[in-house]
Amino acid sequence: MTETTSVLGGAVRRREDPALIRGTGKYTDDVNPTGTLHVAFVRSPFAKAKILSIDTTAAAEAAGVVAVYTAEDVRHLGPLPAQVPVRPRPLLADGQVAHAGEAVAMVVATDRYLAQDAAELVFVDYEDQAPVIDLKAAQAGDVKAHDDMDSNVIISWAGGPFGDEEAIAATRAGISAAKEREDAVVVSLEMTNQRLIPTAIEPRSVHAEWNAGYGEFRVHSSTQIAHALAGAIARVFGLANSAVHLTAPEVGGGFGAKLNIYPDEILTCFAARSLGRPVKFTETRREAAVSTIHGRGWVATATITGTRDGEILGYELEGVADMGAYTQNFTAAIPFLGLFIGSGQYTMPTYWKVDCVLTNTVVTDAYRGAGRPEAEYYLERIVDAYAREIGMDPADVRKKNYFDTFQDAISPIGFAMDTGDYAKNLDALLAFADYDGLKADRDRMRAEGRLVGIGLSSYVEVCGFGPSGLAELGFSWSEYNLPSSFNGSALLRVTPEGGATLSIGTGPSGQGHETTWAQIVNRETGIPLDRIRVLHGDTKDSPTGIGSFGSRSLAVDGAAAHEASQKVTAKASKIAAHLLEAAEEDIRFGDGAAHVAGSPDASVTWAEIAKAAYQPHLLPEGLEGSLEAHALFSPGNATWPFGSHIAMVEVDPDTGDVTLLRYIGMDDCGNVVNPMIVDGQLHGGAAQGIGQALHEHGIYDDMGNLLTTSLVDYLIPTAATLPAFELARTVTPTHVNPLGVKGIGEAGTIGSAQTIVNAVVDAVAHLGVRHIDMPLRPKRVWQAIQDAKGA
Amino acid sequence: MYARPFDYAAPSSLEEALDLLSANPDAKVMSGGMSLLPMMKLRLLSPTLVIDIGRIPGLDEIVDQGDHIAIGALVTHAEVAASDLIAAQATALGQAAAWTGDAQVRNRGTLCGAVAHADLAADTPATTLALGATMVARSTRGEREIAAEEFFVDTLQSALEPDEILTEVRIPKRGGGSAYDKLGRRGGHTDYAVAGVAVWVADATGSDARVAVTGVGTKPQLATAVMDALGAGTPIEEAAARATEGMTVLEDLHGSEAYKAHLAAVFTGRAYAAARENAR
Repeated sequence: MTETTSVLGGAVRRREDPALIRGTGKYTDDVNPTGTLHVAFVRSPFAKAKILSIDTTAAAEAAGVVAVYTAEDVRHLGPLPAQVPVRPRPLLADGQVAHAGEAVAMVVATDRYLAQDAAELVFVDYEDQAPVIDLKAAQAGDVKAHDDMDSNVIISWAGGPFGDEEAIAATRAGISAAKEREDAVVVSLEMTNQRLIPTAIEPRSVHAEWNAGYGEFRVHSSTQIAHALAGAIARVFGLANSAVHLTAPEVGGGFGAKLNIYPDEILTCFAARSLGRPVKFTETRREAAVSTIHGRGWVATATITGTRDGEILGYELEGVADMGAYTQNFTAAIPFLGLFIGSGQYTMPTYWKVDCVLTNTVVTDAYRGAGRPEAEYYLERIVDAYAREIGMDPADVRKKNYFDTFQDAISPIGFAMDTGDYAKNLDALLAFADYDGLKADRDRMRAEGRLVGIGLSSYVEVCGFGPSGLAELGFSWSEYNLPSSFNGSALLRVTPEGGATLSIGTGPSGQGHETTWAQIVNRETGIPLDRIRVLHGDTKDSPTGIGSFGSRSLAVDGAAAHEASQKVTAKASKIAAHLLEAAEEDIRFGDGAAHVAGSPDASVTWAEIAKAAYQPHLLPEGLEGSLEAHALFSPGNATWPFGSHIAMVEVDPDTGDVTLLRYIGMDDCGNVVNPMIVDGQLHGGAAQGIGQALHEHGIYDDMGNLLTTSLVDYLIPTAATLPAFELARTVTPTHVNPLGVKGIGEAGTIGSAQTIVNAVVDAVAHLGVRHIDMPLRPKRVWQAIQDAKGA
Repeated sequence: MYARPFDYAAPSSLEEALDLLSANPDAKVMSGGMSLLPMMKLRLLSPTLVIDIGRIPGLDEIVDQGDHIAIGALVTHAEVAASDLIAAQATALGQAAAWTGDAQVRNRGTLCGAVAHADLAADTPATTLALGATMVARSTRGEREIAAEEFFVDTLQSALEPDEILTEVRIPKRGGGSAYDKLGRRGGHTDYAVAGVAVWVADATGSDARVAVTGVGTKPQLATAVMDALGAGTPIEEAAARATEGMTVLEDLHGSEAYKAHLAAVFTGRAYAAARENAR
């Protein structure tokens, strides 16, 4: 059903894929200069313990070992840099460990096997302590994650509106009053949004070389934020940013887990500099479960107060979010991203408060959606429960409470939203899915005794960060020696033979940026796609760059690419006008050449224009040589994509097994450059939301042991467990960037988990089930049915 | 994911492999390596020597021996799943092989390897029990046959002596019909069995049923209580409820004891019905 062309481009095949499919793409672990040393870490088996002593003697004497480091050796480098450093982490545990798997010592050896062998010879004497793992226990605070803390709660995010205590109190009073109304219906559920372990196909890897002669680091890392990592390294070692050349080569998935600075990245640089040899660390799959951030991990109670006829009078969310043992890049800010969209697409007064607590677990941070899947999950689950309570169709309840079509509306949480047309989108979904027919199908199957359910959910999200003003809200890149802004950066150079090279500030990890950015440059300049090269994820190619995360790349750096293309084209127009002896305003670009309006035969190719640009004597007087432009783009607002999803599921009453029969989406990300790539983003995004709904769960026992460190126990969705996605779009462009585009990288995740849970609850609600916490593994669904039967 | 040091040998004859194994009591035999290598990489297992039998000729065939099907030590899950002979004569085994792991695992992993590994949640071992298979073990001391019900001793522990190699699984051509059904960890037939049940019956009425369960206890084992009850004329609905009677049911991340016992009963009923259907 999806169209294959768009106003901005078309379904151009991904130019990245041949290298990735044929195995010729280069990843960080492929970087192997002669003499590279390898790192293995000694990791704590305890969630919380004092380190009484560390004996590295045997390890240091083991075969192949070049160095063994502990906190003593690296203390002078300071803690790990972070944007919101509420509880920054030491590079190596220093006298105390705060989560199982925390690195205590670092072994450097001539090969990875010998390093691992020697790591087993490091003897650490621990005095283990009672950890705090459970979120509510952490909030209560009887046990502290760190002994020097008065409270585990490090910050609370509240609205709305955000940041106005008096107004928040008034909102609460208003909702309390609404509850007293005679026609008031109050529906409340406590729900868990479980801890997830981001699972990129490529684990993280970092390779560092130090050139003492040049005083320069050469670093490769599997990161989403090349410039920030380079800046962090520069800051730690007291160097100029330009003394750190950092490349993020092919990155095999990031999902926010590589939107971070990790101790191992700093430590690998430290070892390379100390030893004067190349050093590499590549985490193993099992190690990644404790050495890379986790996501989600919330418990919250959502409450809707409304009337019997579907008018929502107030929404309240009160909860606690798990930060893990420390704060890394964005850790404590993740729930804030949820608060941004705390009232969803609705107009009702909203009170929202989430306490951020430290626990003795792996640090949490951004994972695809980052706060927004949690926010939409709670809201859209409770809207569904409310619709069920009053016996109204969930589509009708939603439409009744949506914002009308708008431009620049202020949400009840207090944030300005760019554009929205929610009812149109939901109506389009209902038509596309044949909602009435779907319900008839469901009812027919139910009549056969089958447990079939339909789940509906809509979402708005906020992405495309974004505005320079975000720095005022506490997001700052200055900890990484970068300007405190979220600007996009694009440097477009027309090469002497008439092709073009675009150096972009993003760092893709599979999103197809090389294709999309080339389409943007091609559309504006007319330079053929196959003559446009896109360079990314490298601090030497691009003057600056914030990286790829928060569905920001197209809306910010893509817009910068558009503006750089315009600047280059403007100058090229002058050159072409001169060469063609035509008026500048008559010059039109297309098909690899500049043409003169009204004179079909008069044209000059990009090769001829470039030739003139690089031979200044051919230029008109007053025009300098070269043909390139650097554009920084800072939008006035983030973008607010939205959409609606429907899932149809069947539950096996004997086993609780959930089968996904249909998954239908109607998403709106404004204008689309490459429809195929947008669909691909939605497929992957929805797969991860469905993974959370049905399978994924990072499980800790009471002592803080992570029980799900392999893919045998941490279950991710597979192609075999997913249906064929049925997708279509509405198009509501934004005005905050010149392309009219909104982000789409996370929308599929933000819209999907609650759609699945709503569908499963619909299938078993008549048995008395109100809610089942994710993941909806067969055992939980079966148990919920048994419990309802017993009740 | 980095194994401790070990030596590696790839003998070209069974005799050579048996000599090596006899001389190295800490050695491990590898066919597809789908279970052994992960355990070594996790350092849960650190053999001094790995004897790779993958290059030994003559072990990679499925042969119709008249009264039984002989499946060699190097026959992969994929080959078992694709065999018309097995589909016709040992349906349950073909199904279990098709639902083992993923395509990569099925292309490298072997039936004999899975049987010798004796994982408590593996699929195919349960079907060897229901089908009354015989395991053929070879050592420098000679060859012996071990009945399936004697073979699975405990979790990851088979009746093989340290110097023995499982060279063949023999599936008797008993006629009747068989079926395997399970709930996998990701639902449906994916992954390891949370609970799986294999059933063989002599005819479409369900006579002489043999029932084996996997995933729920310490090892794949015959559900003798079900078999006895069915033999005594108890209806399947009632008999299936006894699927885990006499077994130690283990709770894990994928189910409580009660849930797994319940699943064993559910799949006993389903596999029994399917086996009867297949016996028509």
